[in-house]
Amino acid sequence: MADEKVSRRDFLLYAMGAWAAVGVGGVLYAMYKTWEPLPEVKAQATVSFDLSTVEPGQIKVVSWRGKPVFVLRRTPDMVQCPDRSVKGEYTVVLGICTHLGCIPNWEADKKIWHCPCHGGEYDACGKNIFGPPPRPLDVPPFKIEGTTIVLGEEGNEYKQMKEKGLTV
Amino acid sequence: MRLMDWLDERLAIRQLIKVMLTEYYVPKNINFLWSFGVLVMLVFAILVVSGIFLLMYYKPDSHLAFDSVNKTIMMDVEYGWLFRHTHAVGASIMFLVLFIHMARGIYYGSFKPPREIVWITGYILFVLMSATAFTGYLLPWGQMSYWAAQTITTLFEKIPFIGPDLVVWIRGNYIVEDATLTRFFALHVVFLPLLLIVFTAIHLYAVRIPGSNNEDGIELTKEEKKHGKGVPFWPVFMAKEFFVMSVFLIFFFYLVFYQYKFAMDPINFTPADYLQTPTHIYPEWYFLAFYEVLRGFFFSQNLGLIAFVLSMFIAAFLPWLDTSPIKSAKHRPIYKILFWIFIADFVFLTILGKLPPTGLYAWLGFFGSLVFFAFFLTLPILSKIEKKKVAGGR
Repeated sequence: MADEKVSRRDFLLYAMGAWAAVGVGGVLYAMYKTWEPLPEVKAQATVSFDLSTVEPGQIKVVSWRGKPVFVLRRTPDMVQCPDRSVKGEYTVVLGICTHLGCIPNWEADKKIWHCPCHGGEYDACGKNIFGPPPRPLDVPPFKIEGTTIVLGEEGNEYKQMKEKGLTV
Repeated sequence: MRLMDWLDERLAIRQLIKVMLTEYYVPKNINFLWSFGVLVMLVFAILVVSGIFLLMYYKPDSHLAFDSVNKTIMMDVEYGWLFRHTHAVGASIMFLVLFIHMARGIYYGSFKPPREIVWITGYILFVLMSATAFTGYLLPWGQMSYWAAQTITTLFEKIPFIGPDLVVWIRGNYIVEDATLTRFFALHVVFLPLLLIVFTAIHLYAVRIPGSNNEDGIELTKEEKKHGKGVPFWPVFMAKEFFVMSVFLIFFFYLVFYQYKFAMDPINFTPADYLQTPTHIYPEWYFLAFYEVLRGFFFSQNLGLIAFVLSMFIAAFLPWLDTSPIKSAKHRPIYKILFWIFIADFVFLTILGKLPPTGLYAWLGFFGSLVFFAFFLTLPILSKIEKKKVAGGR
């Protein structure tokens, strides 16, 4: 039958199309994987930091996955925030403005973080108090071991904060 | 002419020359603003040549990039500074020339039927050129380069669901790092220029089918153009273009030799530091207007982002927003006013983009952004009014 001949040709075309789609899919997948971070980047180890080395009122910056993490030991004259503290009077936040990713600077006289790019401000707890930032500074995953904080691992304290939605 | 015959037999080269050059008639009633297409080609050629020479010494590695540009090319390579300044000024001037080229199209209605494909391929070229400028800006690995890349890639974070993962994928790291630099290098040097060349070919081909628009916006037939109302693109029209190019090159090399600093942000002479953001970050002048639209909706981040994306692409839809049967602003008094308000607003937004986004400036940015969109949104209404006028036998 003539019809059958056409449908056989159609079948071949579809089969070829499907096979080509598999090929295109494979190529796209390979391209997608090529742009993934390299294993050495992904495997960047967790960072440990001794909180007791920070003096009251002082800020230390810890580099974690290439991002700055601010460790602030609050003094009593700063705003207090028991729910956002990783431990006692320590504020530990990712030093990346939640607006567009700039790094805010600490203004010691006003006791706030001020983002130079679009004027966002955060208090000593990392809460956004002015400007375009949509949310407080993020709290990175952490685990507390005595006075040492391990960044990149989810400890109990972090999980509790995460459940209350306080980390992001 | 033996070579010509030989080529003609194999490539039909005479036919090609006729279609593209000698029998492509340009109307006589066009002004110098129509020269900017040729100027775009000229600047593109300058960028390719200067880029190739920079490429010979540039090192796409986050440890070496800064010194390869600021030490090797600027100090060690003979005339390296010339190629760098030419490339940087060329990138900047490309946008000036493109903006004028596009504004001429908007003023004289060159986006209207039958030239929609010309407009759209042109707009794709503008977007590709923006991407090329953005990826190229990262390569010197200075502070401004770095933080421009950091903030612009962060924009993708706001895409629902996949955003944060997408950003890591684009950067190849949690932050802008070596992987980002090398892939931007590949895009800037090979991929985007290749696409630019392809779309330029389509753009030039597409404009040869309906031919060039003119000041009156009244179409001339090919016969009319051939007999008295037009001139062949080659050699007659190009003869004038060589004069325009000469004048332009004087201006261009004046900038390269005496005013190159406008294309070189001083902050970019500090090596990239991923732990310290510069006090003020702002894009190059040609993105300031769009950047100001992003900041203009200061009270809502999401609204600002939507407005920003819209501001970059809304002009691509002009053929469907402006459906008035009259083409040229010469015969459209209201459109003429709207056009100049739009141009003034664009300049206003560009200036505001450089100022701090606080207090009065924030509100001015907001109203400026509204005016920007108002231009596009009043066009359908204006089209309706003008259609009635034309139908009523004006």
